[in-house]
Amino acid sequence: MRAGESLRVAGGAILANRLRAGLTALGVVIGVMSVVLLISVGTGARAEITEQLEALGSNLVFAVPGGFEGGPTEGGGPTRSPFTAQAIDDLSNDLAGQAEVTGTLSSGEQARGPAGQVGISAFGTTGSYASVTDTDVTRGTFFSDTDSALGRRVAVLGPSAAEELFGQRDPLGQQITVAGVGFEVVGLVEEAGTTFGVDTDLQVLVPLRAAQELFGIQRVDTVLVRAPSPDALPGVVDEVEASLAQTIDEDRFSVLTQDDILGVVGDVLGTLTLVLVAIAGISLLVAGIGVSNIMLVSVSERTREIGLRKALGARTRDITSQFLIEALLLCGLGGLLGLGLGIAFAEAAAATTPLPAEVTWWAIALAFGTSLGVGIVFGVLPARRAGRLDPAVALRHE
Amino acid sequence: MSHNGLPSPSAAASAAATADTTSAQAEPVVDAQDVTRHYVLGKDTIVEALRGVSLTVPPGAFVSIVGPSGSGKSTLLNLLGALDRPTSGALRFSGRDVADLSDAELASLRNTDIGFVFQQFHLLGRTPARDNVALPLVYRGESRRERRRRADEALDLVGLAHRRDHRPAELSGGEQQRVAIARALVSQPRLLLADEPTGNLDSQTGSDIMGLLQDLNAQAGVALVVITHDPEVAALAPVELPIRDGVLDQERATAGSLVPPPAVTAPPPPAEPDDSVASQRPPSQAEAAEEPPTR
Ligand SMILES: Nc1ncnc2c1ncn2[C@@H]1O[C@H](COP(=O)(O)OP(=O)(O)O)[C@@H](O)[C@H]1O
Ligand SMILES: [Mg+2]
Repeated sequence: MRAGESLRVAGGAILANRLRAGLTALGVVIGVMSVVLLISVGTGARAEITEQLEALGSNLVFAVPGGFEGGPTEGGGPTRSPFTAQAIDDLSNDLAGQAEVTGTLSSGEQARGPAGQVGISAFGTTGSYASVTDTDVTRGTFFSDTDSALGRRVAVLGPSAAEELFGQRDPLGQQITVAGVGFEVVGLVEEAGTTFGVDTDLQVLVPLRAAQELFGIQRVDTVLVRAPSPDALPGVVDEVEASLAQTIDEDRFSVLTQDDILGVVGDVLGTLTLVLVAIAGISLLVAGIGVSNIMLVSVSERTREIGLRKALGARTRDITSQFLIEALLLCGLGGLLGLGLGIAFAEAAAATTPLPAEVTWWAIALAFGTSLGVGIVFGVLPARRAGRLDPAVALRHE
Repeated sequence: MSHNGLPSPSAAASAAATADTTSAQAEPVVDAQDVTRHYVLGKDTIVEALRGVSLTVPPGAFVSIVGPSGSGKSTLLNLLGALDRPTSGALRFSGRDVADLSDAELASLRNTDIGFVFQQFHLLGRTPARDNVALPLVYRGESRRERRRRADEALDLVGLAHRRDHRPAELSGGEQQRVAIARALVSQPRLLLADEPTGNLDSQTGSDIMGLLQDLNAQAGVALVVITHDPEVAALAPVELPIRDGVLDQERATAGSLVPPPAVTAPPPPAEPDDSVASQRPPSQAEAAEEPPTR
């Protein structure tokens, strides 16, 4: 029997029981849709994080609190950070001529300007922040290390913060308050975009010491160092580690490159995606059991037809392949529909929600391949049962 | 009595009677020697549906097997149609023993050499007549075009060319059985097996169908075995074999059993009228209209 003929017969059988076939395929549709959607979101999230991290500038070295490889253990958390403003100054001196150093400290605060009050992200940092992170100052100036060292109350605004606080007015030289403390606006920085729906442009950058006073803490969250070239990165990492270790216990901080962070973030996201996809996979398994069940019903209903086909010359494998193709077609059609829905939902999610989503070919191939695999695995039992029917007995059925 | 190279005409005769006269030139279409078929239902329950049946069907023969319900007719037909294997005894198709054939080879044998006509027609409900007729050709990989051409020919042969696009539900019982007969013929088999072909039809339609089968037997030379519980239908065959409790009643086989079968080749040359056969046949309207040349 030709494959095209088997496909035609299978299509006819499915069409003859549209509702039943549709309900059976629904499980496959949902399973495939979930797999595509979840992988797309996982992939999108990873791409977004990569982009954000790269937007910070290249050849960056981070010193963060805690043992990074083992995850944020007892050493983790900003309040327990071992870094101080002094440590940053020391590091800066140690690396003078080799690399630029800055540090950051952030907290959500209320800011007030002429146009109103808004929740912003108050970001304490040093004067070298702009050059370390490759941030362009669009108007005015960034505050200097001297401003930072003296704890002057000056501020640089992100574009969204400027708009919320000043509307159409010119913010330069104007006063704002952050957590009730007055700051003079000295500069504006370029757009940085959003990360997971958080508007990073809704940012007020102030000198590190001023921020420490404002928040009432002596710590710095993160130390950022920019190496002059990718080749210099490993050397800079070693230098940073050695310099910080002079005053801080080695177990209380970790020194990482962007690639290290990407790797760890990727691992975490990968595991998360895998778990979610495995759950979606279970729904495909359940769908497969449904397919098996309905195919067994179909074999039983068509026992006489099978007997007839055998009497007319169908071999065991003609019958087996006919039912296998029917199961494959059922799952394949369900898979196609699931793909369509999954892609549509992923695109819709990316367009209308903060969730990033990126539909990749391998996600499509995996999801569709799995649906066909389900068809084969769960079609085999009913198909073999059909093929093995004794023609004489099958013809007497009913 | 006949010296035209035909095998012994005795479809009913025992192996002993046929063995010496069987010519190598025309192998029997099917030859059963002392076959039994037992169904094992439980540990201690065995149904002996056939208990030692011998039957030789030469090419072009017409044999009827008549007996009450449960006498083993369908069981025998399943064996003659290569749908089933005997529990014991030898069963040969054109000289090939089923014991030596795989299931796939049996399927291929059914596909090329045997046509079935069933009491319940067994047509595919959603399928037009033409595709029903073409079904056997699907299993030998014929192209769609060739399948249609041959199905149309077969439908023409049973007088239903104008109904080829109709589904079974749109056809009368008699028409459905004609479609089934066309399907049995489409692969140009050597043997046509009909299990109660008139069982679901009124008597008039039934005799039309029997007339058609007889014509095909006579004109196309296909051997015909009809199974029935209806003595009138059974009497149409020159060889009439009663069956009871799984045993063929060789004693009560009709005298026609010793008469040569109708012509073997198609189109057949006009044969000498055989009074002993003709006298046993009740008149049939279909036959009267068609005037088969073998009488
Ligand atoms: N597949 C089967 N399993 C068990 N018993 C069977 C089977 N087929 C037929 N029989 C039994 O074999 C006997 C002959 O049946 P069958 O050949 O169908 O008779 P008929 O066609 O003459 O009515 C009956 O007793 C029937 O119950
Ligand atoms: Mg029967």
